[in-house]
Amino acid sequence: MKRYTVFVITENFIGILNRITIIFTRRGINIDALTASESRIEGIHRVTIEVTASEETVIQLVNQIEKIIDVIKAFHHEDDSVVYQEIALYKIPVSRLDGGLEKIIRQHNAKIIAAEPEFVVLELTGHKDQTQRLLEILKEYDLLEFARSGRVAVAKRMLTIDDIVK
Amino acid sequence: MKDSKIRGADIVVRSLIAEQANIIFGYPGGAIMPVYDALYDYHDQVRHVLTRHEQGAIHAAQGYARVSGKVGVCIATSGPGATNLITGLADAQIDSTPLVCITGQVAAHLLGTDAFQETDILGMSMSCTKWNIQVRRVEDIAPAIAKGFYIAKSGRPGPVLIDITKNAQVDFGDFNYIKCEGFRSYKTQIPVEKSAIQEAAFLINMAERPYLLFGQGVILGKAEQELKAFLEKSGIPAASTLLGSGALSQDHPNYVGKLGMHGNYAPNVLTNHCDVLIAVGMRFDDRVTGDLKRYAKQAKIIHLELDPAEIDKIVKCEVAVLGNSKESLSLLKEAVNQKSHPEWMARFRELEEEENTVVINNDLKPIKAGLTMGEVIHQINHYKADDAVLVTDVGQHQMIAWRYFNYKKTRTQVTSGGLGTMGFALPAALGAQLHDYSKQVICVVGDGGIQMTIQELGTIMQTKAPVKIVLLNNNFLGMVRQWQQMFFEKRYSFTELDNPDFIKIAEAYSIKAQKVTERADLKEAIEDMFIHDGPFFLEVVVEKEDNVFPMIATGCSVEEIRLS
Repeated sequence: MKRYTVFVITENFIGILNRITIIFTRRGINIDALTASESRIEGIHRVTIEVTASEETVIQLVNQIEKIIDVIKAFHHEDDSVVYQEIALYKIPVSRLDGGLEKIIRQHNAKIIAAEPEFVVLELTGHKDQTQRLLEILKEYDLLEFARSGRVAVAKRMLTIDDIVK
Repeated sequence: MKDSKIRGADIVVRSLIAEQANIIFGYPGGAIMPVYDALYDYHDQVRHVLTRHEQGAIHAAQGYARVSGKVGVCIATSGPGATNLITGLADAQIDSTPLVCITGQVAAHLLGTDAFQETDILGMSMSCTKWNIQVRRVEDIAPAIAKGFYIAKSGRPGPVLIDITKNAQVDFGDFNYIKCEGFRSYKTQIPVEKSAIQEAAFLINMAERPYLLFGQGVILGKAEQELKAFLEKSGIPAASTLLGSGALSQDHPNYVGKLGMHGNYAPNVLTNHCDVLIAVGMRFDDRVTGDLKRYAKQAKIIHLELDPAEIDKIVKCEVAVLGNSKESLSLLKEAVNQKSHPEWMARFRELEEEENTVVINNDLKPIKAGLTMGEVIHQINHYKADDAVLVTDVGQHQMIAWRYFNYKKTRTQVTSGGLGTMGFALPAALGAQLHDYSKQVICVVGDGGIQMTIQELGTIMQTKAPVKIVLLNNNFLGMVRQWQQMFFEKRYSFTELDNPDFIKIAEAYSIKAQKVTERADLKEAIEDMFIHDGPFFLEVVVEKEDNVFPMIATGCSVEEIRLS
């Protein structure tokens, strides 16, 4: 079992996400994270799925995803062949803002992106282990809320979406 | 300009006509009524057959598609009409049958509000269709139907569902039908790679005991001639899967029998003795492979397959030849040496003899009093035409009919293979018959399965489809009973049936019927059935507790196939 990033290049039609996730559901495989967004080309979406499975299984998943009529192409990558980021938001009560917290923010390269009378929101982008480390620390600061996005990623190889779509 | 516009419902029907859908199976209801109203105007151009249940409609469309090679079409209303299609969709999906199913849907402004007869058929059918779409605007109807037909029949065929809201059916729009010829996200043809052909030919030319398995892919790819030519040049013995039967005449010298759980002895056993295994248009179903850990481990496997997702899905292959079987087989034929394998072929014939002695002779010429299913099929073989179509349901009768029916022509085998849908046969036989009234269509069915869709006798009555229905009645859900006997200590839990008087039922539908309980009457009854002009219902009461052998029990390897 390994962590893989699956990229799906697809037409932006209703229900496409459902069709993709059904393929995971059928095999009883959990999706670790999923993000969907527009691509550089209008009308074409890209879905990025993080999944932990054996390579054999991932290949079969990718083949079956690619079989979906409205899917243009699907790939899988190991972590070292993609550049990826995640974003995490942390909500902390204002009462806990002190020198210690300031130091933590500096050390982790986090930002305060909102300040309200009762709370502040910190933002950190990075890999999961980085945002996780900050999470563990902030739990000591009466963390009110935490949210982390799925992975947004681009492949390292020089194949462009134009080559894929053609 | 309003004058040039037509109703969405008319667009639906005219689109179907543009796709040469000569026959439509269906059942009306509220949300599809505008389409039915339009059908009234076009009844001279397209024939609609009213079945007695939507499941009957879709199975009939499947039967029609399987024998004709065309896209089967069925129509149903929203809600329960649509959900009644689900079994047929799943069946067509797993057996790669091209269908276009049109369902009515509540008006667009009511979607998602739990309106009367509203159901999320798009969501429900997503995992059992090749493609589906909901059309909410009149201008989207024709393009959706064009795309649907293209998807259903191209590449690896499959079922398509088009859900059309009522407002789209009653609104007016322009009709300018443009057939779909492809779109960017869907590749139907992969050109066969020359290097794969070379690698495959190399293995085949080196092989001492090559062996070929063919499936429905040969029929779907219209590659029957190419298969025959390849076999004749290479001298390779060939066995068929359930759905591949008919792709090669059983009289062909290279034909060695049938694969799988209840297939023939030699083809199963020798799977584990060949040195090169060539699989053509088949997907290594678990009913074919038995225990995978002990399946053809000694062999180098070559997989000729159109669908990339099938490669290495179940069995890892040495060489994958992606592409249409028609093209790949003809290229492969050019690349292999002319050869014969008399000793290897003789091993098949040896084991065949063993199966004859232990199983087949007793099945076909029984000495015991009770009638066997096998002897019924054996008698049918004497009277059937070469191109007679055999439609079967699911269970013991299906396996026996498949084992003993003498397949000579392609597209003569219609059965529910992958899904194993009881109730499939009667409506599917109706659909097969309506494709061609002059062809013999023989529907062999069990007493369990027929009662799941027995209402379609009404459709047979109304259409006068001359289907020859052969009910093999053992008053049991026979296959389940066989398993209970073999693996559940004869605990016959809910498998025995108190059956109605089937003859009376058939006669109530004005279908000529006859019941046979004695061997002495069988031959004449079958003769009468074939002579009779029109539908015929023949009930044969067979031995209650016969078993189907050979059998590869669950968890066993193909080599461990039991003869008794």
